[in-house]
Amino acid sequence: MNLTLNIWRQKGKIGKFVKYQAKDVSEHMSFLEMLDVLNQELILKGEEPVHFDHDCREGICGTCGMVINGLPHGPLKGTTVCQLHMRHFKDGQEIWIEPWRSRGFPILKDLMTDKSALDRIIQSGGFITVRTGQAAKAEAIPVPKSDAELSMDAAECIGCGACVASCPNGSAMLFVAAKITHLGFLPQGQPERMQRAINMITKAEEEGFGFCSNYAECEAVCPKNISISTIARANRDFIRASFGYGAGKGGKAL
Amino acid sequence: MLKLDSRIPSGPIEGKWSKRLQEVALVSPANKRKLSIIVVGTGLAGASAAASLSELGYKVSVFTYNDSARRAHSIAAQGGINAAKNYQNDNDSVYRLFYETVKGGDFRAREANVYRLAELSNVIIDQCVAQGVPFAREYGGQLANRSFGGALVSRTFYARGQTGQQLLLGAYSALMKEVGRGSCQIHNRMEMIDLVVVDGRARGIITRDLVTGQIESHVADAVLLCTGGYANVFFLSTNAKHCNATAIWRAYKRGAGFANPCFTQIHPTCIPQAGDYQSKLTLMSESLRNDGRIWVPKAVGDERNAVDIPDNERDYYLERIYPAFGNLAPRDISSRAAKRMCDEGRGVGPGKRGVYLDFSDSIARLGRNVIEERYGNLFEMYNRITGEDPYSSPMRIYPAPHYTMGGLWVDYDLMSNIPGLFVLGEANFSDHGANRLGASALMQGLADGYFVIPNTIGDYFANTRLSPVDANHEEFKAAANQAHVFIDKLLSINGSRTVDQYHRDLGMTMLEHCGMSRTKESLTTAMKTVGELRERFWQDVKVSGEACDINQELEKAVRVADYFELAELVCRDALEREESCGGHFRLEHQTPEGETLRDDENFAHVAVWEHQEQGPAIRNVEPLVFETVKLAQRSYK
Ligand code: FES
Repeated sequence: MNLTLNIWRQKGKIGKFVKYQAKDVSEHMSFLEMLDVLNQELILKGEEPVHFDHDCREGICGTCGMVINGLPHGPLKGTTVCQLHMRHFKDGQEIWIEPWRSRGFPILKDLMTDKSALDRIIQSGGFITVRTGQAAKAEAIPVPKSDAELSMDAAECIGCGACVASCPNGSAMLFVAAKITHLGFLPQGQPERMQRAINMITKAEEEGFGFCSNYAECEAVCPKNISISTIARANRDFIRASFGYGAGKGGKAL
Repeated sequence: MLKLDSRIPSGPIEGKWSKRLQEVALVSPANKRKLSIIVVGTGLAGASAAASLSELGYKVSVFTYNDSARRAHSIAAQGGINAAKNYQNDNDSVYRLFYETVKGGDFRAREANVYRLAELSNVIIDQCVAQGVPFAREYGGQLANRSFGGALVSRTFYARGQTGQQLLLGAYSALMKEVGRGSCQIHNRMEMIDLVVVDGRARGIITRDLVTGQIESHVADAVLLCTGGYANVFFLSTNAKHCNATAIWRAYKRGAGFANPCFTQIHPTCIPQAGDYQSKLTLMSESLRNDGRIWVPKAVGDERNAVDIPDNERDYYLERIYPAFGNLAPRDISSRAAKRMCDEGRGVGPGKRGVYLDFSDSIARLGRNVIEERYGNLFEMYNRITGEDPYSSPMRIYPAPHYTMGGLWVDYDLMSNIPGLFVLGEANFSDHGANRLGASALMQGLADGYFVIPNTIGDYFANTRLSPVDANHEEFKAAANQAHVFIDKLLSINGSRTVDQYHRDLGMTMLEHCGMSRTKESLTTAMKTVGELRERFWQDVKVSGEACDINQELEKAVRVADYFELAELVCRDALEREESCGGHFRLEHQTPEGETLRDDENFAHVAVWEHQEQGPAIRNVEPLVFETVKLAQRSYK
């Protein structure tokens, strides 16, 4: 198939859309392979290739991400752009390709953005404080299967930032809530649960991400199908912690 | 000649590690604060080492080419992690895990290291659970296990099909905790492009900032390379696109021994290549082989659809040839069998490089919902990539380069022959011999990072007087200068073919001549072709963009330039190892049944290559001493 691509090109502070023709695209190509082929042509013509972030190309590392026709990661639900294949596009289609747009993710070049704010949010509390060697025997604390499953549902987050890119407020709440939920469902996560919610949510705000006002766009675009019910849990932890509930605040235990 | 002292503690194998722990000298907390360590790479080995060393009080700086430590390719490991917990009461033990790993590696691993790995496997699980890794649980709340390729017991712990992801996020969160405390520094989007050795000791690295293009010098008292393997030398592999060998290759060129480069693993269950534009291959977890049956048509050139071929015209070749293990035969054995079938002209799918992995019997026996529960996400992934539905017609799979057992030589303390340079995880050579068993890579990365290096590195510091060095030292200046020259050269060639075109050619040559089976002839051809390609690359490659900018083509060019050199060494090592073992299969050395034929008399050793500024590399040898296991022919029949 043949496609018309409008790709955001940016070097330095200002960028613009540039039109390209992609010819003889096979339906079995991935979206990124389609761009690879385009880039090979550009290089041989003496132009700079389109820069985009990617690494695993298996939908698990969370490096890739671009907005395709207005949708982060493109049209296929539960799928990162590296796992999106061209069979989901039609011959002759015009495609608009942009980077994540959000105050929290400055654009570096073309479709590449700086997502390091997400690391800093994790640094503020997205962990369980346990030093190497301190661990108790794994079999000592049983975890109900249903809790482990719910924890795992949230833990699948790949930190790609699509939730932020889709949100009219530029909120990172789905990302934050996924981590709060993952750790909050496990017994090991309890001692720091309340402080974690306060720290991470406050940090997200500091990093320039907006608040959540329940648009739920994030859930729709999340390549790992993380549910916004995690946000309800995170909010609950945050509010209770603000009122002094939970360990470490001198308040009541849950 | 390299000085290769493996420093394996004496005494019975069960006591070696505790003996070493008792012997190592300690560093006082006050002195730890003054000692700086550079960790390159943030996969399981790097992240776990950096976090643990920072917890101990060392000054740690971490470097990754990724935009975040969480993206390292350990994240893509699907299946699981082994531990000898014996939760299933199926007679598992540390000894059994140890023995199977040595046997699985075709008796080319260092016995003492493997025993330590098996010994540490249990505390790894404890550590991960404490960090909040949501392992699969049984209804009673206890940890669940499954069996995995090449093992007869259930000892694999897993988190759906994303075990690597969850373990890495655990190690990453420990690392972030340390960075948040301010005791550890992290440098994202920074690629190591050289090692700096001062007075014979590793004292720092040269990096390129992938955002600004700046070449920088970083000084430290020790350097840890946790940079993974080199399977991307084959271009198409299951590794992430940017995985590269530059760090270990530059260390090699600075004097570190490179051990067993020809031990590369081709994984049997990957999705076959779909076209010439293919950028990488995707692994389908080996766990699929628990319920899937592998077959090809009996007749050559059978063009019918899989579902139209009746059972009696199918050849379930693994079950036929290896009745004891059947579809669960170890990776190297299954991969070679698939290749043989395709070489006979019985392959399926586009290009006829594929075999079927069929779930119809399991679906009939267990019901679709059970299969869906076990493998739903993998089936989805297959469908996403191929557009085919594996519930109604069999998957097509084909082997692909996946893991490299070879790597930099290290002693029992994980130190290379350059004092102060330590190598962890896939980047070293020590634990998997000539073939790695499933669910062992995660185990090794974490054992090295959490439990080995924090104990052994102190011994180096305690016994070493390090002179003060800074980035103005002439060795640093010279190395930084070389980096500039190297990069300017690549950018100035402005030839007619892209980096990817050269990389693809290199990969195809390697796969064809130095892949699943090798001969003296094919290896000689490969070395010649690789040499020619390399010369052309340096005269004709076209690298776009500038040095002081984000430049992904330049990043690739630097890596591919190193792959060319590494590829030649892989071939040479394969040529000189006149035997077959594990993933290294020389057609000249096989049993009448077509299995690997080792030559224990002449090759029960590690081949350690030493770089020469002039002339070919020198082959050194570390004999493998087996005090505990008896060498035997691997049999999975
Ligand atoms: S490249 Fe890793 S998720 Fe897309």
